[in-house]
Amino acid sequence: MLNVTALCTEYASAGGQPVKAAQDVTFEVPAGKLFTLLGPSGCGKTTTLRSIAGLERPKTGEVRVAERVVFSSEQGIFVPPNQRNFGMVFQSYAIWPHMNVFQNVAFPLEVRKQRPSRKEIADKVMRVLGAVQLEELAERDATKLSGGQQQRLALARALVMEPQLLLLDEPLSNLDAKLRHRMRFELKRMQRDLNLTTIYVTHDQSEALALSHEIAVMNEGRIVQIGSPRDIYERPRDRFVADFVGTTNFLDATVISANSGNGRCQVSTRFGALDVQCDEPFRQNDTLVVSIRPEDIELSEQRPDRIDGENIVAGTVHAKAFLGEYLDFQVKVGENILLARAHPSLRTPVGEPIHMRMKAEKCVAIPGAH
Amino acid sequence: MNSAVLDAPAAPRPGLQIDTKWVVIGACVVLVAWLALVPLGFLLWQSFLTPQTAAKSAEFTLGNYVEAYSSLETLRLFFNSLQFALGAALLAFVIGGFFAWVNERTNTPFKALFFALSVIPLIIPGILFTVSWILLASPKIGIINTILQEAFGTSIVFVNIYSMTGMIWVDGLHYSPMAFLLMTAAFRSMDPSLEESALMSGATVPQIAFRVTLRLAWPAVLASLLILFVRSIESFEVPALLGLPVGIEVYTSAIYQAVHRYPSQVGLASAYAVTLLLIASLGIYFQSQLSSQSHRFSTVTGKGYRPRTMDLGRWRYLTAGLFILYFFVVVALPFLVLLWSSLQKYYTAPSFEALQHLTLNSYRTVLDNPSFGTAVWNSLLLSLGCATIVMLVTSVISWIVIRTRMPGRWLLDNLTSLPLVFPGLVLGLAIMVCYLTIPIGVYGTIWIMLIAYITRFLPYGMRYSSTSMLQIHKELEESAAMSGASWGMTFRRVVLPLLKPGLIAGWIYVVIVSIRELSSSILLYSPGSEVVSIMIWELWQNGQYVELSALGVMLIAALFCFVLLAQFIGKKFGVAEA
Ligand SMILES: Nc1ncnc2c1ncn2[C@@H]1O[C@H](COP(=O)(O)OP(=O)(O)O)[C@@H](O)[C@H]1O
Ligand SMILES: [Mg+2]
Repeated sequence: MLNVTALCTEYASAGGQPVKAAQDVTFEVPAGKLFTLLGPSGCGKTTTLRSIAGLERPKTGEVRVAERVVFSSEQGIFVPPNQRNFGMVFQSYAIWPHMNVFQNVAFPLEVRKQRPSRKEIADKVMRVLGAVQLEELAERDATKLSGGQQQRLALARALVMEPQLLLLDEPLSNLDAKLRHRMRFELKRMQRDLNLTTIYVTHDQSEALALSHEIAVMNEGRIVQIGSPRDIYERPRDRFVADFVGTTNFLDATVISANSGNGRCQVSTRFGALDVQCDEPFRQNDTLVVSIRPEDIELSEQRPDRIDGENIVAGTVHAKAFLGEYLDFQVKVGENILLARAHPSLRTPVGEPIHMRMKAEKCVAIPGAH
Repeated sequence: MNSAVLDAPAAPRPGLQIDTKWVVIGACVVLVAWLALVPLGFLLWQSFLTPQTAAKSAEFTLGNYVEAYSSLETLRLFFNSLQFALGAALLAFVIGGFFAWVNERTNTPFKALFFALSVIPLIIPGILFTVSWILLASPKIGIINTILQEAFGTSIVFVNIYSMTGMIWVDGLHYSPMAFLLMTAAFRSMDPSLEESALMSGATVPQIAFRVTLRLAWPAVLASLLILFVRSIESFEVPALLGLPVGIEVYTSAIYQAVHRYPSQVGLASAYAVTLLLIASLGIYFQSQLSSQSHRFSTVTGKGYRPRTMDLGRWRYLTAGLFILYFFVVVALPFLVLLWSSLQKYYTAPSFEALQHLTLNSYRTVLDNPSFGTAVWNSLLLSLGCATIVMLVTSVISWIVIRTRMPGRWLLDNLTSLPLVFPGLVLGLAIMVCYLTIPIGVYGTIWIMLIAYITRFLPYGMRYSSTSMLQIHKELEESAAMSGASWGMTFRRVVLPLLKPGLIAGWIYVVIVSIRELSSSILLYSPGSEVVSIMIWELWQNGQYVELSALGVMLIAALFCFVLLAQFIGKKFGVAEA
């Protein structure tokens, strides 16, 4: 449905050297799916979103929506944002303070070329306000809304125009933690109900994992990995992705044997040889980094029997932190410290030996020099 | 709307129609460029020409500059102007700065009231202020002199307003409210914890005021002094009314004299005007440098938190008393003097004897004067028209300057502020020369005055517009664009309503200064296009003091009502700040 190809957007800066805010951004979103741009602040998510919206004019690239080209540097096409029919929720919500709730939502209908009748507008606005549970507040001053209500108003305003594409720029970041969790589910439900093709921008990895059909992780203006939430979390293909999404342990390693077709290979680390998951083609003596999530390290006081496709490493408990639902163990192996997450029932005292069991498929090999 | 679209206006866009956006933007840019640059060009050109007479057409000459710079007269003119402007600026600064400090930084009682009162002096036009001080302190008819002479039974002249000191006094007093506002802003942008730490170190209040507050505000102090200096060197009413009768000339009055000599020496006046323009430009240039600097170093903490004020102890009643005295001298006294004189048949100093003969005769005379209706109508038309046009144009200009990344927008910004360096009289002269040469039929009509007013007050409007434009989050516009609104629609339905509080405030200000305007109008009016301030000027020339006072009282009262009404309407229909 949405095709973004080789998009580059630059900002002129005072120093003369332009800021390359988005570079070679390419992705595709099928109809009805929620696609998330995830990355740390300043990585170019907003820039990418605004380039799709037409609020920035990219230097090169192409943006196509359902076969309609809205931007193409080659063909010299630039459809102004007010003719694209994309709904957008801004990070600041951008609620117009001189209009009340109803007027804010009615605005997109009123500025149409073929303006619907007053009654039609009222019907539509009230229906959308109903969908976001704001119908009681229709006559309220837009400035007298709470954060959550403002967020829903901004969403209603974007939805009322029945957009081809919905663009959301960190829509939950201005809310407090509790509300953020609730709105997350509501957003997801509404998006699935309306079957709206949506691009969602966030720096919050748990939000991205919870909401998306597909995630693109961005760093320094570039997309580093695109995949389903599960892919991104379990099979990071980049050190940056593994580090940014969730917590992880990194181990430097060298390939011993790049065997078999099952995507496994054997590497040597400071803990000895490990079986790891290799999605890229590696050759012998390639250097790489192994990422192991803390929750994928199983701890036990007795040494478990090693079966095929598992790694067992022994260490000592270095420190512990009780976090309610789970316990964080720092396990010392030689000079290295690994973080492992265990059930609070495990009570091994600090200084005692402990054994770690890691499934090979959870030890993900990521290319890269040490 | 968005700025990116404006980035590459030349980019090919198939099927581009004539866009309202570009029409409006283009019209505003052309208007501003025309207003700011063309008269300046004509002024420079004219200063190199000989006077045109029926027998001989103008020729190129350097004679005007030779005459303007070679005589001893010139040296005196320069020295007088400098003395006058420096004196008035310093006086205004000391008075205004002191009260600003009292108001912002101490626990003087009734501060809120004082701040509200501080805008009132704005509505007294310079010419009325000057006339009222003549009535108070002229050697022959001045109230102060007559009362003191009677009390001591002598004929010594105690105060003489017709002197350099008198000129400095009146002008300095008249500009002190401006100094007050400038310094109030400066004190507000300062981090109070810097003063508090001085307090904790054991410093006394005067020590803090001089060694911390004033030092920190130093760039702002210099900038304010420069503005006041430029304003004073440009002021026309005081030198014309107080200086000319005793032969003290400064640049502005010299320009006026040169134009009104027979045959009129426009070239010489232009040469003087160019000099004055240079001095004013220098002042404005340094002031803007300083302001941008002080802006960079300003320590605003924001968050809308009011700094703790300094406890003056019992002295705070003294400062409150001083404030009341100041208000009396700047507002009440001039108004009361005018009121008194307006109720007389012939001008007399106040006495029990005169109290018996109060009459409304003068008001009748003024109202019966056939040019009264014309003048009021013209003033209304000009001030309302000028304010509306100025605010609309500057709202577009400030949008371009702040919201877009259009190449050359800094130039546009500077062009809009350029008229700031034109003293009113110089602008009048430049516009006169310009439209005498370009025969589009505005010379001698009310339109030429409208052009002058718009040019003159464009920078003020720009300041109001751009300040409020900066406060509008750009996403508010972008979301309108995403909703499908065109540029014109976005501007009309989102930008203008959000700018409304700032635009209304600017509009009120421009209306007031347009009604007060004298120094440009005086070179541009002709019978039928006179305005109220010109009528006052003519009454003064004719020596009709009581009629002048009556007209003055009515004008001040009308302006006062206008300000109240405008503020009321602004509050009622303005947008609640988001
Ligand atoms: N208007 C602008 N002018 C210049 N640089 C900008 C502008 N907007 C963003 N940038 C720069 O572009 C980069 C990407 O910004 P942005 O897309 O806002 O990041 P994100 O939304 O991921 O936090 C940043 O380095 C930022 O400083
Ligand atoms: Mg952002």
